[in-house]
Amino acid sequence: MARLILSLEGATIREIPLDRERITIGRRPHNDVHIENLEVSGEHASVMTILNDSFLEDLGSTNGTYVNGNPIKKYILQNDDVIGIGKYQFRYISEAPEKTLTTVDEFEKTMVLQAPAVFTAPRKTMPAMGDTQSLAAASSFTAAARPAAAAPRPAQPRAVIQILSGTGAGRELELVKNLTTVGRPGVQVAVITHRPQGYFITHVEGVNYPIVNGRTLGAQAHALNDHDIVEISGVKMEFFFKHD
Amino acid sequence: MPLNGMFEIASATDPGRVRSHNEDSIATDPEIGLAVLADGMGGYNAGEVASGIAVAMIARDMRKALETERRMYRGTAGNGALAAPDLLRRHAAHANRTIYETAQNQRQYRGMGTTLVMTLFYDDQVAVGHIGDSRLYRMRGDRLSQLTRDHSLLQEQIDGGMLTREQARHSRNRGIITRAVGIDPQVETEIHVHDTRPGDIYLLCSDGLNDMVGDDDIRLTLDTLRANLPLAAQQLVQQANDNGGRDNISVILVGVRGNEAAHGGWLDKIIKWARA
Repeated sequence: MARLILSLEGATIREIPLDRERITIGRRPHNDVHIENLEVSGEHASVMTILNDSFLEDLGSTNGTYVNGNPIKKYILQNDDVIGIGKYQFRYISEAPEKTLTTVDEFEKTMVLQAPAVFTAPRKTMPAMGDTQSLAAASSFTAAARPAAAAPRPAQPRAVIQILSGTGAGRELELVKNLTTVGRPGVQVAVITHRPQGYFITHVEGVNYPIVNGRTLGAQAHALNDHDIVEISGVKMEFFFKHD
Repeated sequence: MPLNGMFEIASATDPGRVRSHNEDSIATDPEIGLAVLADGMGGYNAGEVASGIAVAMIARDMRKALETERRMYRGTAGNGALAAPDLLRRHAAHANRTIYETAQNQRQYRGMGTTLVMTLFYDDQVAVGHIGDSRLYRMRGDRLSQLTRDHSLLQEQIDGGMLTREQARHSRNRGIITRAVGIDPQVETEIHVHDTRPGDIYLLCSDGLNDMVGDDDIRLTLDTLRANLPLAAQQLVQQANDNGGRDNISVILVGVRGNEAAHGGWLDKIIKWARA
């Protein structure tokens, strides 16, 4: 379960489990986290927790709510963020479960934030980061955010088509893009698509369909194999993998 | 005069590779230049119900309205420009009320809602209305532009300078929207009007596409396959699935016909290459 660790000048005061949909922080006694200090507004901030995400919102406090030194109005908390309210600090510990496919699925379901008027208020509710100093702070802050998930692709041999007939005979084209068209526009065009499963050829335009190894294709995508001979608008070409 | 022949429309919708249900709904009506796409949410099948109601109501009522108020619609560009945004706003509001009331009255539908993006083409303009994070893109020449801004928490953080677009693409918090159809008694539809040009391709999509397929790949697909929009639509869905297909994927492509539409710059490259 996610929690906040409240501290003052480096000394931990207590731990606040985020076990409810919403907790409030403020000086008035009815707040879930009650802080008796004049720098803290009566209703200062709230933390809303939905599934494994927690949303921090400043409730129009006099002295503001800060995350890692930047003033915020509303903010999606990330693990280890430090919320500053007056002299008090709250460290956010998310302890999100190891992501399995199902939890990924939960995160990515479309949700709508209901009720709080602030969320539906017009844009630009974020405080302007006016001076360069706070901009710099903001950028170093975002740079520290979770690194983008890299999608490693296994090394694959390079796929190439080589023209076998006509004036272009001998010419090679490496299929570096996900989509490569071949043929004569307005006459006959096919597209070769690069997918995780391999390379496929599909008819795009023209009355004639591509011919692979002497067989005319239909409208469906056709998997290409090493050394297949493709014929498009009278031009023969060979598809093959180049092993360096 | 129906607008048949002025547009080529192709669409595809797919549950993706993780979800068992398809909660997206789409409708197109080439005769009146209308395309509607909705991405529903809510437990059990409530999401499908919400997006289904929105799309079916808007498609049906808009056609009726245009038939009875054809004069308004067929008038000058000025009249169209006044009428189209108003039509979109009115029918989105109507759908919102219906979904909201259904959700209030039937327990199994409580909390259901949907995003919405809709385009109405007239003269040489398009009026677009949207609510939530379903998008409209435009491919003009070889440039892809996103014409709508998501009503999402993430977009607000991007606007606030706290996240870059690239970081947003990988955030866990995609799909949290700040505006939806059917959640409250009233909803504000964001409406804009854009000029169209022959050769433009408009792409309406649910976040299942743009979360899985980057703008560069969307651009490449539309640029490469502009001669075959049904294939382009299929190809976009396939790429989203190849990249994980974590959500329902829906796309509608509207190609604006015209003389300039016939050939683009990429063709010259291929011709040169083939003949060289």
